[in-house]
Amino acid sequence: MSAKLERLCRQLKESFGDRIGEPTINHGEVTVVVPAAGYLEVMRQLRDDPAFRFEQLMDLSGIDYSDFTAYQGLRYAAVSQLLSLTHNWRLQVKAFAADDEFPVLESVVDIWNVANWYEREAFDLYGIHFEGHPDLRRILTDYGFVGHPFRKDFPISGYVEMRYDPEQQRVIYQPVTIEPREVTPRIVREENYGKGGRG
Amino acid sequence: MADVRNYTLNFGPQHPAAHGVLRLVLELDGEVIVRADPHIGLLHRGTEKLAETRTWLQTLPYLDRLDYTSMLPSEHAYCLAVERLLGVEVPIRAQYIRVMYDEIARIKNHLLNIGTHALDIGAMTMVLYTFREREDLFDVFEATCGIRMHQAYYRPGGVYRDLPDQMPKYQENRFKNAQTVKELNEARNGTLLDFLEDFTNRFPVYLDEYHTLLTDNRIWKQRTVGIGVVSPERALQLGFSGAMLRGSGIEWDLRKKQPYEVYDRLDFDIPVGVNGDTYDRYLVRMEEMAQSNRIIKQCIDWLRKNPGPVISDDHKVAPPRREKMKGSMEELIHHFKLFSEGMYVPPGEVYAAIEHPKGEMAVWAVSDGANKPYRIKLHTAGIPHLAATDEMCRGHMLADATAVIGTIDLVLGDVDR
Repeated sequence: MSAKLERLCRQLKESFGDRIGEPTINHGEVTVVVPAAGYLEVMRQLRDDPAFRFEQLMDLSGIDYSDFTAYQGLRYAAVSQLLSLTHNWRLQVKAFAADDEFPVLESVVDIWNVANWYEREAFDLYGIHFEGHPDLRRILTDYGFVGHPFRKDFPISGYVEMRYDPEQQRVIYQPVTIEPREVTPRIVREENYGKGGRG
Repeated sequence: MADVRNYTLNFGPQHPAAHGVLRLVLELDGEVIVRADPHIGLLHRGTEKLAETRTWLQTLPYLDRLDYTSMLPSEHAYCLAVERLLGVEVPIRAQYIRVMYDEIARIKNHLLNIGTHALDIGAMTMVLYTFREREDLFDVFEATCGIRMHQAYYRPGGVYRDLPDQMPKYQENRFKNAQTVKELNEARNGTLLDFLEDFTNRFPVYLDEYHTLLTDNRIWKQRTVGIGVVSPERALQLGFSGAMLRGSGIEWDLRKKQPYEVYDRLDFDIPVGVNGDTYDRYLVRMEEMAQSNRIIKQCIDWLRKNPGPVISDDHKVAPPRREKMKGSMEELIHHFKLFSEGMYVPPGEVYAAIEHPKGEMAVWAVSDGANKPYRIKLHTAGIPHLAATDEMCRGHMLADATAVIGTIDLVLGDVDR
């Protein structure tokens, strides 16, 4: 399997040169970072070039790197999981949006039609705008929802809650009344933790 | 001349044929669908965001709630992702158990799908038959882990416990006399594997019954043949997977092409459709059940002969045995640490995909070395399939919308996450 993946890496480097970042193999998966500028052409070639033949886009998701341990760099990325049925291999393509304040990427809907809903989802949850998307509406959150809930600065309990108000006889929105609580704190161990030789 | 114009119809969110809370906004020209716009998210629980605030182990039961008609395969994808990040070896017996339960889940899922699909388009009887068999399989789950639906049985590193030695039995009561109870308990006198083997022997007969009821049924054919046709090229463009892709004539099954666990040691075939319509997808699912039955039989044989551990003995990942914990300080600390602050997963990213009954189900897990996931993305097969509803419904009659929703094997918990 790994010889095959190395072949994929080599072909990626030969075909795209410095239009893409260095392909890496981790846990038996190939990942490549593509700059936002040439994103669309690279994706199109990945689908059409007989050397790659990524006929299917299995998944596209947003990610917000702002809380990532020891990470400095661009905040938002769209990560695509490509699958080639011909060659039976997968590729993960990461494209970082250039501007953290207003993340924009090109849409791949024309290349893989399935991207339509995935990009709507990434827009809804992370606020990444996809240029050239035919119908960039919210998809998972409520009608009239404000904010992008999967961003790391969005609290898990949200900002508003909904209830039925018997006086007004309708459903109303109000600020949340629950206190956010964390039972198990999030911890990142320093390197060599527990390996000091003393129990 | 009367003024004729398109009108919009709301299908759902509460509609028995919508398979959950799907709101389908249909634009109709007379009775012909011009455009179908599915509104999803009415069951959105933010599982991915919740996962970021729980430890790796606490996230596991949420995976059951995604596709609530076949829960174990979803857990499977998550466990595979965590195991790959951790680099944990899973005992071979646990792998066989997982494969067996995945296939049970596949049968269970397809039974529900075919039963309710037939119910949606007018064949009332099917669902009564398929639910009879599902009941037996639910009993298997209950005997294994105490819960009928949301099992939480798989764990990173293996499965939570070994298969039980006995099946629960029926007891006499006001409604069941001694004779009835004896008949009901006939298959339940042995171990769980005996009961399952009995089921796998009975199941081909049941499948024949379903074929008799539906496959050559004229009404069923009128409602499904030529409905929701997807060409192989479009199926690839639309990101189809599983039975939807195979129904369109593309031979692609992750169990064969990218085998995980022990699928490469098992003998089974991949059914493929020809026309890519609703009827072909139905046939593919029927044959898949027969193949799953074969896999279960092989697993039962293997599991009978090969006892062994069912969960990893790496106690940073899997808890130590209870009796050891009571006698050893170290094991006690392991147990306490594992269930209070959880396991630490090395930094990395993994996209673990499995052949879920509905198609490709994958967990994209990103870890930055903490005791909680940094990001979990759940790729479920239902999303691309539901997104294709518009294309599949266009030009069909209103009544065919239910046939299309049935054929994509829709479960909203799976789509909305």
